[in-house]
Amino acid sequence: MTTVSAVSSTAVAPARVRSASLGTSRKRPDGGPKVKGEFAFSSDLWAEGALWGKVLRSPHPAARITGIDTSRARNLPGVKAVLVADDVPGNPFFGLEMKDQPVFASDVARYMGEAVAAVAADHPEVARKAAELIEVTYEPIDPLVDPERALDPVTPPMHPMGNTVRHISVRHGDAVASGDVVVEGTYEVGMQDQAFMGPESGLAIPDEDGGVDLFISTQWLHVDRDQVADCLALPPDKVRLHLAGVGGAFGAREDVSLQVHICLLALRTGRPVKMVFSREESFLGHVHRHPARMSYRHEADRDGRIVKIEAKILLDGGAYASSSTAVLANAACFAGGPYLVPNAVIDADVVRTNNPPCGAMRGFGAVQVCHAYEAQMDKLAAALGMDPVELRLRNALQPGDELLTGQALTGAAPVAEVIRRCAEAPLPPGGPADEPGSMTLPGGAGRTADPTRVRRGIGFAVGFKNLMYSEGFDDYSTARCRIEHGIVTVFSAAAEVGQGLVTLVEQIAEDVFGTDKIIVAPADTGVGSAGSTSASRQTWMSGGAVDAACRKARDSLLDLAARRHGTVAAVLEVREGRVVSFDGEIDETIEEATGGAAIEETVEFRHAPTFPLDERGQGDAHVSFAFAAHRAVVDVDLDLGLVKVVEVTTAQDVGRVLNPVQVVGQIEGGIAQGVGLAVMEEILVDQGLVRNASFTDYLIPTALDMPLVQIAALVEEPEPGAPFGAKGVGEPPTISSTAAVAAAVRAASGLALTRVPIRPEHIALAAPRQGEAGS
Amino acid sequence: MSYDCAVSVRVPDSLEELVTGLAADPGCELLAGGTDLMVEINFGRRRPASIMSLSRVTELKGWSEDAATGELVLGGALTYTEMLQPDLAGRLPALAQAARTVGSPQIRNAGTLGGNLATASPAGDTLPVLVALDAVVVVESADGRREVPVGDFVTGAKRTALRPHDVVHSVRVPTRRTRQEFLKVGTRNAMVIAVCSAAVVVDLDSCSVRVALGSVGPVPLRAHEAEELAGEVLDWDAGGVLAGDAHRDGALERFAGLVSAASRPIDDHRSTAAYRRHAVGVCARRALERVAA
Ligand SMILES: Cc1cc2nc3c(=O)[nH]c(=O)nc-3n(C[C@H](O)[C@H](O)[C@H](O)COP(=O)(O)OP(=O)(O)OC[C@H]3O[C@@H](n4cnc5c(N)ncnc54)[C@H](O)[C@@H]3O)c2cc1C
Repeated sequence: MTTVSAVSSTAVAPARVRSASLGTSRKRPDGGPKVKGEFAFSSDLWAEGALWGKVLRSPHPAARITGIDTSRARNLPGVKAVLVADDVPGNPFFGLEMKDQPVFASDVARYMGEAVAAVAADHPEVARKAAELIEVTYEPIDPLVDPERALDPVTPPMHPMGNTVRHISVRHGDAVASGDVVVEGTYEVGMQDQAFMGPESGLAIPDEDGGVDLFISTQWLHVDRDQVADCLALPPDKVRLHLAGVGGAFGAREDVSLQVHICLLALRTGRPVKMVFSREESFLGHVHRHPARMSYRHEADRDGRIVKIEAKILLDGGAYASSSTAVLANAACFAGGPYLVPNAVIDADVVRTNNPPCGAMRGFGAVQVCHAYEAQMDKLAAALGMDPVELRLRNALQPGDELLTGQALTGAAPVAEVIRRCAEAPLPPGGPADEPGSMTLPGGAGRTADPTRVRRGIGFAVGFKNLMYSEGFDDYSTARCRIEHGIVTVFSAAAEVGQGLVTLVEQIAEDVFGTDKIIVAPADTGVGSAGSTSASRQTWMSGGAVDAACRKARDSLLDLAARRHGTVAAVLEVREGRVVSFDGEIDETIEEATGGAAIEETVEFRHAPTFPLDERGQGDAHVSFAFAAHRAVVDVDLDLGLVKVVEVTTAQDVGRVLNPVQVVGQIEGGIAQGVGLAVMEEILVDQGLVRNASFTDYLIPTALDMPLVQIAALVEEPEPGAPFGAKGVGEPPTISSTAAVAAAVRAASGLALTRVPIRPEHIALAAPRQGEAGS
Repeated sequence: MSYDCAVSVRVPDSLEELVTGLAADPGCELLAGGTDLMVEINFGRRRPASIMSLSRVTELKGWSEDAATGELVLGGALTYTEMLQPDLAGRLPALAQAARTVGSPQIRNAGTLGGNLATASPAGDTLPVLVALDAVVVVESADGRREVPVGDFVTGAKRTALRPHDVVHSVRVPTRRTRQEFLKVGTRNAMVIAVCSAAVVVDLDSCSVRVALGSVGPVPLRAHEAEELAGEVLDWDAGGVLAGDAHRDGALERFAGLVSAASRPIDDHRSTAAYRRHAVGVCARRALERVAA
């Protein structure tokens, strides 16, 4: 018996009673193997007779390609295939939102690292050598690298679809409203990388049916599958994707990287093909967080109530669209912060340039604007002579308030509570270490600090963003539950990328059946789409789908058992893995209850619908929101500009905690990335050329850079409509942690510091010199 | 495999075997910890046809004290982790301080002094320390042994006085009564390439101060004028300490300025020349304050 049924989240009872499993810190099934180095990542895959794939990339950010000669590469012994644009049988273009990116550049290369050709050979060294032997004739063009120039209508388009990918105007309330106090500022955010540890890698195995099986680390199997099938000119069912071990994602695995290339090579050679990016290729071969330039004007009344916000937001999307349109929507919709903004005039653009393509990264457009609006809130507090926390409390959104998109806030919105709980948490005792050169001072192991020149600063920030997909996107997740031979198997294509969804799926299924004899099947395209592991959506969407599928299968099981016993299902229940009747007359195993039959239920789960933004940027575009507050304590060496982030305290709106350890894991990891963006993480691009495509020079926080994380509160106010009342928790930790650290560095240094990451020279070459008066 | 990318790897058991092997095959790369060489190979920047490992050449390992001269003899294959052990760290604290800033524990377990010298990166962290300690590199080859002061050994950015068949046998460090300090600036609190560094040695035997700077020029630089100033302002009768008088701050400020002036930094993706010039002065000043307080 197989049925597919649709379930909407509004039909799900919120906030069910906690049970034995949900709400506990159940151990992850992949935890032990990962710690012991036994977990198979996508780079560990192997198949008999496999070839090695290698991609040749453009060294130029902008160049015409006038010739590609592959003959020398083809003639190298061991080379089995060399493919260029002409070898793509289907759509030569792919892309998440617009199919604007060629599988291989053929006439123009638009960014450094763009794929031009691909090779398969019997040894990785041979593949590397063959790629070197491909002779590409480039005529370099002056790259378009300034997003302001890209926006200028007189600038020639660098792509046939034009330079502007999307423009959003938000016109909310009264455009000419004015306040008593005005603060203005211009802010910048550099290009952050997701910096996952496991490089892009996969294994494609051609099948006799003309199709291909692709084992791949990704965030969304089905959207990869559809793009691969389109480029390969194959029906989707001939392209079967299987999730391989994912070594981190953070948004960088939403786009196609090597998927099409590796499948093309496998189909061309008729052999399995494996590809693993080097670290340099990984940095060049995936999208980054959009760099942003933002100018803001806040007007408030004398009591500190925001009257109006005006903002111009410009995101550099790099060469291709990726998910730029949705990132921009977030930047525009959340431009005001989690505050009541009665009047707003916002113009937001995302443009194409010859810089590296930018797309999804944890926080997705909400991070950039948070840096700006929270700096503005501090400025406003200073202008009003008001405590910055008090100012935020005074403006905090409340349920029922209208967002600047005109959408009414209907769900849980404990904004004031996260602010209050975070602000009230104790500060770390004492001050900076007083021993010169202590490793806990700024400069760490370099022992550079002079304690008399170290100042402590405290910064506070609040942020929010949407959960799930927005703007009318048909967002759903599919799950299947099968009961056979007494074993419950759960199928979902949702990508486990390290966040712990597999643990949660087990917990959910266990709660329905009261047994831990649950098998979670490997994720593949054999079941319908689960949507992306992004937008903090999988606990809600795939958690909801799994819960609904399991409960539907349980109901079918009870029906079956009732028919066999000549009774009605209402007198039966599943308890501790057994089917029992209230009077105790019936008490049998699940296997006995099915009587040899198999039960299979498949469910498509949807959240409540959302709607597009209109031409004034108004509309019920989002389904739910999550809020968090961060307080950072930093020590700054005024003369060297070095920073030690001492502590970050947070309070987060989580709806319901389903697995406490996993929530803490998301918070700590998200804060690490937020701290990284505040003080060190940036892809440096000079005239379109990436200067630091390695972990030698793309710096991410080490243990000595990671602050103590104090979780002041996980605010549990169940979200109506959310399965279990739980909100996604993955992104909020990155949104305002950067802004809080930046604010703390400003407080310690007394400098404006409008750009993140803050570099030592921004502090040291602006601060008063040693010997001059220090505060 | 059809494309020839095989590499021959030999593992000599003695110094003798190593240097004769090198003489016969001067294109051969030496492999110590591999923390520089393997990175180069992975990036395709170097593709040696043959490699000789130092792992069994016991003559290059560890450190000793030369009974005749009293010098410390640091083996070419001395690891950073060994530099951090209390017995050696107590004698050469600045070298231990530099070693502690290198990479991660794994890198410090593998990486060696000889590798740092042979790579001769402008950011090589032991180089300014060895310069400030007046150390001498002992170079061994089939045609004999020679000694080269560290300052002459490093001839340019990633260039040394080593000939293809040479081995860094050891480094000799004179034992004098000193106080020493090493400071390194990086854009993160650990495991970072130096943006700039400074080593300061107060030499009580010669009543002089030596200041060597890292990452602010193609080679480690001495700050001679700053050294002279420091030599003048330290009270040698009182044990080489800074007088606590009113001129102290002014003298330190001039010292920092002279150090900055001695630097020859560049702008690159790690930092700016202006910041490096400024920061290296701050570091040297702080180092002097610590060793001459
Ligand atoms: C993650 C990471 C972090 C790092 N951080 C730092 C840092 O903070 N500071 C720093 O200074 N360096 C750093 N390095 C660079 C490197 O670790 C050091 O330069 C180290 O000292 C190299 O020593 P090795 O034994 O690994 O050399 P190898 O890689 O084995 O060799 C390097 C070169 O030296 C030659 N060589 C080695 N030994 C000898 C010898 N006895 N005689 C002649 N030639 C020889 C080799 O032939 C080769 O050309 C880092 C490297 C990595 C990978």
